[in-house]
Amino acid sequence: MADGRSQVKRRAGARLWLSATWLGLLVLGAVFAPLIAPQDPLAQDLFGARLPPFWEAGADAAFPLGSDSLGRDVLSRIIHGARIALGVALIAGTLTCLIGSGLGLIAGYFRGWPDMVISRLVDIWMAFPPVLFAILLIAVLGTGLSSIIIAIVVIDWTRFARVIRAEAMSQGAMDYVASAQVAGRKRFSILLAEILPNVLPTIVVLLTLEMGIAVIVEAILSFVNLSISTDQPTWGSMIAEGRLSIHQAWWVLVFPLVTLFLTVLSFSQLGEGLKDHFDPVLR
Amino acid sequence: MSFLTIENLNAEVGPAPILRDVSLSVAAGEVRGLVGESGAGKSMIGKAVLGTLPSAIEISSGRIVLEGEDLQAMRPRDRRRVIGAKAALIPQDPLTALNPSRRVGPQITDRLVDILGWTRHDAQTRALELLDEVQIPEPERVMRAYPHELSGGMRQRILIASAFAAEPKLIIADEPTTALDVTVQKQILKLIKQMQARHGTALLFVTHDLGVVSKICQSLTVLYGGKVLEDTRIGDFFARPAHPYSAALLAATPKYTDPAASLTPVPEAVIDGVRAEIEAFDRMHGHV
Repeated sequence: MADGRSQVKRRAGARLWLSATWLGLLVLGAVFAPLIAPQDPLAQDLFGARLPPFWEAGADAAFPLGSDSLGRDVLSRIIHGARIALGVALIAGTLTCLIGSGLGLIAGYFRGWPDMVISRLVDIWMAFPPVLFAILLIAVLGTGLSSIIIAIVVIDWTRFARVIRAEAMSQGAMDYVASAQVAGRKRFSILLAEILPNVLPTIVVLLTLEMGIAVIVEAILSFVNLSISTDQPTWGSMIAEGRLSIHQAWWVLVFPLVTLFLTVLSFSQLGEGLKDHFDPVLR
Repeated sequence: MSFLTIENLNAEVGPAPILRDVSLSVAAGEVRGLVGESGAGKSMIGKAVLGTLPSAIEISSGRIVLEGEDLQAMRPRDRRRVIGAKAALIPQDPLTALNPSRRVGPQITDRLVDILGWTRHDAQTRALELLDEVQIPEPERVMRAYPHELSGGMRQRILIASAFAAEPKLIIADEPTTALDVTVQKQILKLIKQMQARHGTALLFVTHDLGVVSKICQSLTVLYGGKVLEDTRIGDFFARPAHPYSAALLAATPKYTDPAASLTPVPEAVIDGVRAEIEAFDRMHGHV
């Protein structure tokens, strides 16, 4: 009877460690940006414009990743840009997750009219083109950090609601839910104690994906100059500016782009890695 | 005196009848089998008693009386309380009946704490006793295990322990051995019978296996299309089945004494007869 199933130990995969390391570095960079950044991210120096990265001829050691057309340090701007990117990812991701998952759980477990209302709302919501919807929202709310966060939450809660509703529905059909019901447990406590823990791995994966998406949405909005004021460096605005001088100074475009790419990739891999690590059921 | 009485229970999904005038009773301490083929509505009867019917199914008339209390006449909250205190379920599939993300121990003690208001510590002691009673080795270790660390047979034992935990007077076993392989089936069946005898619990045993019925039940209800065809003592059923469908069902059971004999299906004529009976019933009740 004592079989080997409990003996299996799982290793946290390489992707979990790699993505966590990258995100950890970013968080440190964002928190301690003023201490770490070699230059003032806003300081312009037209005589030191378009300095190449450190391994090319004519580089200045004080500007390791080069400078842009206004002579601002690319590395410092990336580090300071991480503040906005991670802030948006954290706040918008979490809010979206809470609202979407909450509504999804309610719709999937209680069914009936709450499900009707929530599901129809999701259907209608998803018919809007998301980027246009975001631009429209920003136009109405005005630019600024809180507007971006609101726009992301308003657009993306449906992603959670859909998936979590389906998960909650299939969990609700399980015998252990019926048993808890027979035992006289209240429906809300069944939702929290029996359904939620089983949906949690999915929520974690969605949350990390959403954080990646939030970073991208923020970059898109910065790119079209609808994010926050131009005196605050963001990855999206760096990409937008870098695009103009791509033939003279590729580094102004490429470094923020690579940072953005690695960050979004890390978020999604972190989610998958966490899921594998914490899911109690071996699949 | 019967502990559970179902009187003229009718249930529908939309216009389609699921249960047709079902009446049956289980006396205190009695083991009653509820047999029928797939879709006969046998699990639905169990679910109706326990109040876990899917929301699409509606009980249109009839009474379910649990130890003198009419469940249909109660408010849902009171009903849940009464059922929780008096009845329990041994589910069909041990693989989905334990919450995979919670340890086994709390899943057994939950109902003691929630329904009976025991302290965590007392419930823990009781759960260990119960696990010992259902012959689980190293109960302390099993209490701390997650369900996926245990085999199907072990999980079914845990579910049996958990069903008996709050000393309910009625247990509904919904095909508790169907998902297990034959050798484990036999052990589990024996265990359920032992536990039932020791605790004096009334048992409604839902199954499609007449072999199982002959081993464990004292009385039997035969169901087809949500309608009771026969309600009888177990000895009478195997000696002289009253309904032609019951007789055909018995004849269709493979006989291990003569492996060469071919299987006899239930004859078309008998099924047609039963269908005619059901149609006549539906016409009378305006269902057509």
